Amino acid sequence: MHRTATEESVFDVRGMTRVEGEGSLSLRMRDGEVIEAHLEIFEAPRYFERLVVGRTPDEVLDIVARICGICPVAYQMTAVHAFESLFGVTVDPTIRALRRLMYCAEWIESHALHLYLLHLPDFLGYPSAVELARDRRAAVVEGLELKRIGNSLLEALGGRAIHPVTVRVGGFSRLPGQDELAALRPDLVRAVELARSTVELVATLTPPEFDRAMPLVALRSPAEYPMNEGRIVSTDGLDLPPTSWRDAFAEEQVPWSSALQARAADGRAYLLGPAARIVLAGDRLGPAAREALARLGGQDRIARNPHWSIAARAVELVHATTEALAIVGGYSPMAGGAGIVPWAPRAGIAAWSTEAPRGLLFHRYEVDAGGRVQSAQIVPPTSQNQAAIEADLARFAPAVIGLPHDVATTRLEQLIRSYDPCISCATHFLRVRLEDVSA
Amino acid sequence: MNATFAPPKVGVVKLASCDGCQLALLDLEDELLAVAERFDLVQFPEATSRRWDGEFDVLLVEGSVSTPSQAEELRHLRARTRLLVAIGACATAGGIQALRNHLDERTVAASVYPEPAWLESLATATPLADHVTVDLELRGCPIDRGQLLEVLTALRVGRRPQLPNEAVCAACKRRGAACVLVTAGLPCLGPVTAAGCGAICPAFGRACYGCFGPLPGANVAALSAQFAAMGRSEDEIGRAFALFTSWAEPFRAITAGSAPILGHPDRAGPSTRDGEAT
Repeated sequence: MHRTATEESVFDVRGMTRVEGEGSLSLRMRDGEVIEAHLEIFEAPRYFERLVVGRTPDEVLDIVARICGICPVAYQMTAVHAFESLFGVTVDPTIRALRRLMYCAEWIESHALHLYLLHLPDFLGYPSAVELARDRRAAVVEGLELKRIGNSLLEALGGRAIHPVTVRVGGFSRLPGQDELAALRPDLVRAVELARSTVELVATLTPPEFDRAMPLVALRSPAEYPMNEGRIVSTDGLDLPPTSWRDAFAEEQVPWSSALQARAADGRAYLLGPAARIVLAGDRLGPAAREALARLGGQDRIARNPHWSIAARAVELVHATTEALAIVGGYSPMAGGAGIVPWAPRAGIAAWSTEAPRGLLFHRYEVDAGGRVQSAQIVPPTSQNQAAIEADLARFAPAVIGLPHDVATTRLEQLIRSYDPCISCATHFLRVRLEDVSA
Repeated sequence: MNATFAPPKVGVVKLASCDGCQLALLDLEDELLAVAERFDLVQFPEATSRRWDGEFDVLLVEGSVSTPSQAEELRHLRARTRLLVAIGACATAGGIQALRNHLDERTVAASVYPEPAWLESLATATPLADHVTVDLELRGCPIDRGQLLEVLTALRVGRRPQLPNEAVCAACKRRGAACVLVTAGLPCLGPVTAAGCGAICPAFGRACYGCFGPLPGANVAALSAQFAAMGRSEDEIGRAFALFTSWAEPFRAITAGSAPILGHPDRAGPSTRDGEAT
């Protein structure tokens, strides 16, 4: 087939905003059709997988936190469970509960940041939360308060909210005193209230229309909502231990990209994150969060419209605040006060998956007999979500591309923001090419 | 309208980094809206869709220079900026990614990416001051939000920011934390590290790992000798310095001879140093 008199044009959104990191979107159109969509991430490579070579497990915990200032706990938790799984370390139930509490805290601060400061302005038509605050100060103040409570909890457990210092193989370098966590109870009672009012706020929002099916992947645990443990499951029926991500997925390099993109073994794109967790583990939510999910229209609406991920985050805020309050209420420091179980290194493969705020995060380390890392693979959720984001963009773009340029830009940016992409995590320069999406 | 009373135009940009230091600005939760009222946040891509092509009264720059285009962008930004503030260990010391400055960057890239030729990268990741004039530095991995607020407050009212010029040990004593070097024999970098974090690590049961960088004039040789006298191996001592501010002297010299660098499969030969574009 030969086309004549074609007219090519390029639609560019340079320097995407309200995402974590540096990225751009480029759509190539011919005769009014989208023929190519590039989601480019020009975050500079930092080579973490190589920087951890030769380091001890505890050094790795400090180093990998620096992949992301927004979700350092996710990197520390995934690595610590990987090493403990290889070394045969079993931690005390108190340590296990505190790690879960720490993850709750990170979900609270990360979801509150995204929902109120990055995503909500889109639904209400403002360029940022600062402008939004001029008209709806109370809502922004409540979001900031919720975020602060998450951070306060992280500070109590880890010394600071960004790059906490206490997570060690075998436990924590210091356990909080009972009084320190008890002092946070009023804050957490307030956080549960704030999360519930977040649900009411989200209930007033109308997401842009978009309906599609996308394979979803998340961890699933026997009794709990997934954070540090569980099996890797998918809407396609996958069921694997958290150590075996590589049995079903692979990172690959495509000819037009310098990125490592993760795809399922059959080459398909898949999506991780709050929406995937709600769909695959919604029955593990606590009662208050299940109620919130029903209030916001249930699992199916979240599964089918990526813009509605804001509802998934609101539901998870209710879950995380409620569970944090319960853990704090039941906390008493271990007898003897030692925060670290003794452990010895062993050669082998240390692998694990946990649920970062943005979805399943996989780490794999080859370790020598002295515990030193020989090689590493770190697969952040945003790298895994790239292919799904680009596929969704290709489906969504034709509906908005005919609008005035600034309106179309806003609508496309909104869709990208709804995935809460963390480009600092992905660190890879990405480009995707879609042939004739209208066919 | 008198320009003196207009709120200063503030920008926040990042180079190679984790976003954590600009997040510290958003983490000023209780003061964030007050800050936003007293400054005109004209560019802060992580938080706002506003874009700005004019001049900055104050520009906060996170991250280290690790690609040719970052070096160029930084020079352009400097030309548009009255007061340039480097925020965090990456911007002031190169950050964790500066460990590659001791390695062969091309070999490192090839071991992470199948097609390293497609990457835009410099051989080194270096602090801003290696490229442009920096007016003020805020240290830390991440920066301390209290220090950030102090700098913003001082700039708004036109006084000098009050930043500590002392070792972590001084803050540790004021906090009343037990000295982990003396009581637990841990290789704590507190005596040679700049204060600013509030002595978090010793207060939380572990050794300071130097993320605020070396205190000017720090006697690292004496501290290393003390670690050795306490029975710490050369391997452990080297590791302690080879982290987030390892490219700042005098930590740099110790890092160069440390086990993680000497034993690294990608260790650079003597001819592959110094920030050339690759």
